[in-house]
Amino acid sequence: MTTPEDEIIRSRQRERARVTALLLGAFVVLLFFITIAKTGINW
Amino acid sequence: MSTLEMSNPAALPADWRDFLALTKPRVMYLVVFTGLCGLLVAPVQLPFVLGFSAILCIALGAGACGALNQWYEADIDAKMRRTASRPLPAGRMVPESALHFGVGLGFFSVLLMGLATNWFAAILLAASILFYVLIYTVWLKPRTAQNIVIGGAAGAFPPLIGWVAATGHMSVLPLLLFAVIFLWTPPHFWALSLFVRSDYAAAGIPMLPVVAGFESTRRQVLLYSLPMAASALAPWALGLAGVLYGASATVLSFVFLVLAARVAASGATEPKDMTAEKHLFAYSVFYLFALFAVLVADHFLA
Repeated sequence: MTTPEDEIIRSRQRERARVTALLLGAFVVLLFFITIAKTGINW
Repeated sequence: MSTLEMSNPAALPADWRDFLALTKPRVMYLVVFTGLCGLLVAPVQLPFVLGFSAILCIALGAGACGALNQWYEADIDAKMRRTASRPLPAGRMVPESALHFGVGLGFFSVLLMGLATNWFAAILLAASILFYVLIYTVWLKPRTAQNIVIGGAAGAFPPLIGWVAATGHMSVLPLLLFAVIFLWTPPHFWALSLFVRSDYAAAGIPMLPVVAGFESTRRQVLLYSLPMAASALAPWALGLAGVLYGASATVLSFVFLVLAARVAASGATEPKDMTAEKHLFAYSVFYLFALFAVLVADHFLA
């Protein structure tokens, strides 16, 4: 059985996990474009 | 979740918005803007994604400074009205989380800067973070009324970093931009500290109005404004910027000096009567934005 406090903790953890996932995704995309720019390839 | 949070069931994991608040996003605008201007006036044009990464790194580095500053000053922040609602003094986050976040963000920003642009810019970024945290926050701020004078160097790094990120080397113009922000910081912060003096006094921070009094601080505001105005005009005088910048810098600096002179002549002792100080503080923010914006406009129109 989960208490209301557990529920708040879970919801905070879910929110933080979502934000972390978004930031990591953005970082991967950024690294991809940095690599493309550094290689100097004109697409 | 940290061990401390686990051992204390009453403590909730900090909200992501509190981590964002640790980075002082409202203070970051000026840092990002001056860094962007340094990058834009450089003679080398970076590909968009590399320029974006450089500015992102400057922003993340500033965020790391904000987080580490709030971690170190949590007890002082709790004593000041202006800062008592920040995540640490308000008890919404354990100090370890702020420390880990700040150190992690700092390392990440330096590493990304090195990979995306060059390692000279990364070293400058690391130096600015260390200068702000160790020299200003830990060493100078709690000890001397000159904290803002020397500590101002930390906020002056961004245009230098922006320029070096683009070119890979140092030059006279970015050093002049560094000097402008360095000399602008004392009148800007002292104007603020005049009308929030009681906050600093309550927290035991030796800001100039607390240590030397109103009259001396007002005199110093005017005295520092003079070399600031001179350094603002220097890029034009040395032929590094055009007439548009020269004329604008002259007008903007003249208004700054007039407002600083009004502060020097003011005898107000109550914050509600300190309109001259509030005007100078508000104008000083506009001044720096306008000066750097005109420099960029001049660069592209020339």
